[in-house]
Amino acid sequence: MFSMDLLLGAVVLGVLLGCFYAAVSVGLSVSFGLLDVPHVAHPAFLVLASYGVYQLNESYDIDPLLAGLAITPLFFLFGLLAYRVYYETFERRGSDAGVRGIAFFFGIAFIIEVLIILQFGVDQRSVSATYIGKSWRFGEFRIPIRQLVAFAVALALTVLLAVYLSKTFMGRAIRAVAQDEEALRLMGANPVRIKQFAFGIATAVLGIAGALLIIVAPVEPTLDRAYIGRTFCVVVMAGLGSISGTLIAAIILGVAESIVLTLFGASWAPAISFAMLLGVLAVRPQGLLGR
Amino acid sequence: MTKHRNSIVFWAGAAVFLIAVLSMTQIVRNEYPFFAGYVILQFIALAVAWSILGGYAGYVNFGTNAFFGVGVYTAVALFKATGAPLVVQIAAAAVVGMTLGFGVGLLTLRMRGIFFSIATIALAIIIETFVMNWRFVGGAAGIQIQRPPVMAPFDSYVKMLFFVQALLVVIAVSIARYIQNSRIGRGLQALRDDELAAECTGVPTLKLKLVACMISGALISAAGAPAAMYLQYADPSSAFNLSYSVSALAMALIGGTAHWIGPVLGAILLGSTQQLLAVTISSEVNVLVLGIMLVLFVVGAPKGIIGLLRPRYRLRAGGKP
Amino acid sequence: MTPAAAPDAPLLQVGAITKTFGGFTALDNISVDIRKGERFGLIGPNGSGKTTLINCISGALRPQTGNVIFCGEDITQLPPHLRARRGIARSFQIPRPFKSMTVLENLMVGLDFAKVDSSLPEEDVAMSILTRMGLASKASAPTGTLSQVELRKMELARAMAVRPKLLISDEAMAGLSSSEVDEVLDLLISLGEEDITIIMIEHIMQAVMRFSERVMCLDAGKIIAIGAPAEVMGNKRVQEAYLGT
Repeated sequence: MFSMDLLLGAVVLGVLLGCFYAAVSVGLSVSFGLLDVPHVAHPAFLVLASYGVYQLNESYDIDPLLAGLAITPLFFLFGLLAYRVYYETFERRGSDAGVRGIAFFFGIAFIIEVLIILQFGVDQRSVSATYIGKSWRFGEFRIPIRQLVAFAVALALTVLLAVYLSKTFMGRAIRAVAQDEEALRLMGANPVRIKQFAFGIATAVLGIAGALLIIVAPVEPTLDRAYIGRTFCVVVMAGLGSISGTLIAAIILGVAESIVLTLFGASWAPAISFAMLLGVLAVRPQGLLGR
Repeated sequence: MTKHRNSIVFWAGAAVFLIAVLSMTQIVRNEYPFFAGYVILQFIALAVAWSILGGYAGYVNFGTNAFFGVGVYTAVALFKATGAPLVVQIAAAAVVGMTLGFGVGLLTLRMRGIFFSIATIALAIIIETFVMNWRFVGGAAGIQIQRPPVMAPFDSYVKMLFFVQALLVVIAVSIARYIQNSRIGRGLQALRDDELAAECTGVPTLKLKLVACMISGALISAAGAPAAMYLQYADPSSAFNLSYSVSALAMALIGGTAHWIGPVLGAILLGSTQQLLAVTISSEVNVLVLGIMLVLFVVGAPKGIIGLLRPRYRLRAGGKP
Repeated sequence: MTPAAAPDAPLLQVGAITKTFGGFTALDNISVDIRKGERFGLIGPNGSGKTTLINCISGALRPQTGNVIFCGEDITQLPPHLRARRGIARSFQIPRPFKSMTVLENLMVGLDFAKVDSSLPEEDVAMSILTRMGLASKASAPTGTLSQVELRKMELARAMAVRPKLLISDEAMAGLSSSEVDEVLDLLISLGEEDITIIMIEHIMQAVMRFSERVMCLDAGKIIAIGAPAEVMGNKRVQEAYLGT
């Protein structure tokens, strides 16, 4: 039953999976981690992006990665809009924003889910590309090329975002607004506009992440529910707002899921991220790796 | 004292409601109204139970489905193992729900609200996964339930369940009302407004949150317990369906959580709309309507229906019983 | 160690407390005794640790080392609500009213939970406190409609509702006009006359001078002067801390 090779294979696949989880979580790391928006609709946005990619791939035979890139500007605008609505209705009025803000995004997530069902039905959807369906062989062990593609793109995306946030002027402003809004205001910057822009970036990233999601495996409308656990697990474990932490946390989750899948079977896999999330919340709510 | 008079009116109203429900089960022949009515009553119980923690204390529980499913499966397991009667199943479900509420509360109620919300989703998935891998109650495939013979004075099991659920509604509402009018309610309202200020004013915030979480959990599990008998069937993905969470949350927030009547109104309104839509159009549109209504109310009418009816509505300010 | 045994024992003993945040030391080995019935002024530049100190006393924060003894009992590990029940009440630098409640209901929270024995109905007690504070006419007003000075008074009234032995006022006069400052100051002084010990954090020097029997000045988490108000004001280090060097 158990062999070292099997375990090693699980770890390798887990690392690949983990980088992919980093890419789908990194937007949440900005919107929830840095901006403190209770964005429970993040995974629903992600699945919506996957369906956008599916539509472009299906109708025009566009490569899923290019399709993901193509919808990125759209998602950027979508993010700007979503933050504006959230800000105007909750943050600015202040009172009772907690409950209503959470309920707002929860409602949005459900609306997106149902709209996808109404448009595409409940069946699984997948995309076609030259690198999907083939795999590389290493002795007994196979790595699907789609996993490798997702890994490479995910890693690039995460690193790029990390560089953007630490090296560019706007990126630094976003980090500053998370730490001390008042100081930024005193310097003459408009914190709300910076936050809105940051939320736009966080949402735009989902264009690519959504493409990766549907490249890695077929999607269905309610897939967002499983990703609530995964994305929040990664972001909380990473320590809110830490991008490098996000990558490490995502790899930990990916390896854990992969090992449990190999040893205990698929029926236990969905609980892993949620169990880790609960564990982290109970033991170290400020995150394992972060500030 | 008006407070005293309010109590009399309330209990008289509850008695009239139960008598009406009981006579309906004796007079109306057709089973369909009871089938539909049961679901609406179940939603009332869920929405009222949800609002004890979500409304009064301001901690958004996304895990209504966790508590509901635990109620269903407590009843199923107990029934299969011992053939215990419905009342015992419900009582056991309430105890298990309360214990679960205590555990979750202890684990997460020290944290900010959003963490509690996420943790409750996590809880639902984890418990569902366990039930899926639990052979005794049928695993992922589910389990058929053979209803025991119905007890007098009822002539059908569904009518009896309808009455039982009505009873659970009365219990849930009277507990919610008691909390609202007691110092527990005042303490919860204070900690919802400002946790540190409440704590510094002598409010034992953690204890009150735990109490609210336990009571809310017990009531949700109790309301879920008869569901297996109602459907004559139970499976993890429907018992732990996230739509229970959206429904309970949406109905409570749409109705308004400052007074127990809010969730009741919200559940009646949305529950009946859902019954109509599910029959006439489709269950997807049904959820869509719920989601859109939730977002619209949360954005446009923060105090819910009762806020629209009485613009200056505040907890305790009402003349209603 | 029983509180009754030593009538001259201080009401509050802060024993060598240190509080750090990450690498930043907000309070560095602070010890101070507050006598029963004393009017105690706490001053210091922004960020000197005043609010951290009263957070450690009221229980919002726990110090890493040291202890807090109140009426002879070590309360260092108690949560704020248990300290409130033992008689420590506070106001906040930025007012934190219960927004969904009226002024009267804000006070009722304290009366409901602080376990005060009283033969009078709670509402009457709350009204009498509001009358003292000059807020009787606002009893049924939502807190959102209050002016700044009314909000400050409401916070003090809510603190009074827990029937404190020790009242901590955290910059209750910030942002008020000079006549309003006098109004609030008179209130605090009159409360001090009825056996309530008061710690007042304040930036307005005339108010501190007029109010305090004793003043303590913090700077960078350390006590730089403590004593009679005039003496502390005359202290060179205090002047340096305030004026900057």
